[in-house]
Amino acid sequence: MPRSQTTAGTPFHRRAILALIAAGLAATTAPGARAQEEVQILNVSYDPTREFYREYNAWFADWWQAEGNGRLTLRQSHGGSGGQARAVIDGLEASVVTLALSADIDAIATRTGKIPEDWQSRLAHNSAPYTSTIVFLVRDGNPKGITDWGDLVAEDVEVITPNPKTSGGARWNFLAAWAWALDAYGGDEAQARDYMAQLFANVPVLDTGARGATNTFAQRGLGDVLLAWENEAFLALEEQGENAFDIVVPSISMLAEPPVTVVDGNITSNAQREAAFAYLRQLYSPEAQALAVRHHYRAWDTSKVPQDELDRFPQLTRISIDEFGGWAEAQPRFFGDGGIFDQIYEGR
Amino acid sequence: MATHRFVAPSPLPGFGLGFGITMAALSAVVLLPIAFLLGRGIALGPTELWGMVNTPRIWAALGLSFRAALIASLVNLVFGLLLAWVLVRYRFPGRRLIDAAVDLPFALPTAVAGIALTALYAPNGAFGQLLPVRVAYAEPGIWLALIFIGLPFVVRSVQPVLEELDPELEEASATLGASRAVTLRRVVLPTLTPALLTGFALALARSVGEYGSVIFIAGNLPFETEIAPLLIVIRLEEYNYDAAAAIGIAMLMISFAMLLALNLIQTGTRRRTGHA
Repeated sequence: MPRSQTTAGTPFHRRAILALIAAGLAATTAPGARAQEEVQILNVSYDPTREFYREYNAWFADWWQAEGNGRLTLRQSHGGSGGQARAVIDGLEASVVTLALSADIDAIATRTGKIPEDWQSRLAHNSAPYTSTIVFLVRDGNPKGITDWGDLVAEDVEVITPNPKTSGGARWNFLAAWAWALDAYGGDEAQARDYMAQLFANVPVLDTGARGATNTFAQRGLGDVLLAWENEAFLALEEQGENAFDIVVPSISMLAEPPVTVVDGNITSNAQREAAFAYLRQLYSPEAQALAVRHHYRAWDTSKVPQDELDRFPQLTRISIDEFGGWAEAQPRFFGDGGIFDQIYEGR
Repeated sequence: MATHRFVAPSPLPGFGLGFGITMAALSAVVLLPIAFLLGRGIALGPTELWGMVNTPRIWAALGLSFRAALIASLVNLVFGLLLAWVLVRYRFPGRRLIDAAVDLPFALPTAVAGIALTALYAPNGAFGQLLPVRVAYAEPGIWLALIFIGLPFVVRSVQPVLEELDPELEEASATLGASRAVTLRRVVLPTLTPALLTGFALALARSVGEYGSVIFIAGNLPFETEIAPLLIVIRLEEYNYDAAAAIGIAMLMISFAMLLALNLIQTGTRRRTGHA
C-alpha cells in the first residue's frame, strides 16, 4: 500500500517566501527564466529508502531554488518495490520511480508505455545512482562460525530470508547464493540447485518483505543468520546496538543496483520534466552521494565522503545482474511461476 | 399482518427510492468488484481456470486456509458463547470494559494484531518460551490470528439474543424437573442456535480471506504455512493477474458453498424452533 507524505525541508511559509523572492530575483535578473510555474514531483520508491529521500528532498529543494528555479513540491511514497510498480501501472501518478530492481521499472515500461524501453541508458551507471550488496547478519560473536555461503547449509544453521516472490531484496539474496554455488561447484548447475534446496531447507520463515525478515531475526530472535541488504544490516546494528550482531561479508555477493528513472508518460509540463531529470541527475552529485553513504548505500563518487564512513564497506566480489542475462532473463527463470525457486519447494 | 406483496405496506414512504439507493450502493462496493472478478474468470474459460487452480501447491494453500478458518471459527463458537454468557448474565467490576474490549479486534489494524501475537508466541516471546509446541511460524499461529479476528462476530451475534432470553424459562425448566444439562440442551441452546450459526458463518467468512495478521505469524513456507491469500499476492507480484483471479474465484466459490450450506441449516433450525 503506498503511503505518501509531503516533505518540506523548511517550514512552508518560509519556503513560500523564499520561493517568491527567488522568483522575483530570477524574473528581474534573468529574463525569460522559467521561474513562476509551480512544479510537483512525486517520487515513488521502495521501503528502505524512506530516510534517505527525506533528507535528499530537503537538500534538492534548496539546491533547485539556489539555481534560480520556481517553487517545487516534493512528495515521496514508499512500499514494497513490486507493489509500488503495480501502483504506478494501475495509475499512481509518479513523476519519478526509484525502485529496488530494474525488473520492476521494466514492468512499468512494457505494461504502460509511459517509460521508454531504453530507460536504463538515460542516466549514468545503468541509472543506478547508489548500489548495495547482500551480506550476512549473525548473532554477536558469530557463535555458529559462519564465514561464507557454504556454511549456511550446515544442519544446525537456521537462515532467515524473505520470500523472493514478494520481496525484491530476497531475489538479490537468492541470486547471490546461486552465484556463489555456481562458482564453488565449477559451474555445475545441478549441484547449485542441490545447494539451494539445502539452503531453503534451513529457512524456517519466509517473510513477505526485507524489513519483516529483519524484524523476525532481530526482534523475534529467530535464526542464526539473516541474509540482508547491506544498508538494512547497518541499520539493524544502529538500532540494536553494535553488541547485538556482527556483519559477515561473504566472498561473493551481488552488485545490487536500485535504479531510478523518470516516468515520461506522467509528466505534464516542460518545467516538470526538467525538474524530474534534475532531481535524478543530482543524485549523482558529490553531496547526494555522501548522503547515500550516510544511509549505508555504496556510492560512485566518494569525494565528499569522510574516510571513516568509507572504511565500513569491506571489499568483495560483486556479481552484476548482467551475468544472469539481466532481470529480463533472470526474473522468469528463477522467480517466475514454476521457476527455479518454485521447483525447490515443489520438488520436495 | 404478514402480507406477501413485494412492496410491504409501511408507515414510511419511499420504498422505490430506498430500494434503488440500496442496490446502487451495494453494486458499487460489493456486486461490481465481484462481477469484475468473475468476468475475468469467464474470459479465461473454465478449462484454463481449472488448469491454473489445479496444482498441488494451490490445493495445499486452499486446504490450509479453509482448515484454519474452520478450526478458528469452531473455537470462537465455544468461547464466544461463553464470553457472551458471562457478559450478559453476570455483574462484576470491569464488565463494561471487557464488553468494550470485545470489539477491539475490529478496530485494531490486523497487521498490529499479527505482530503483537507473533511477539508473544515467537520462540523467544513471553508465552512462546513456555509452550512445548511451536505456535508462531507454524499452523497453530494461523489459528491464533484467526481466532483473534473472528471473536467479536460470535459474541456480538449471540449477546442480544441472550439478553432477550428470560432466566425464568430456565427456572421453569428446573422446577419441572429438568437437569442443568437438559435445560441447556433443550431450552437455552435451541434459542441461541440461529445467532450462533450467524456468528460462526461471519467469523468463518472473515477468516478465510484474512491476510494482514496471518502473514506475520504464519511463516509462509510453501506447502506448510502458505495461505491462499498469500498465493494471490504472489501471483500479483508476478504480474499474473489471471492466475491471481483464478485463485480468488476458487476461494469465492468454496466460501459461497459453505455459506449457502450454513444458511440452509439455519433455515432448518429456524423452522424447527418456530422462528420462521
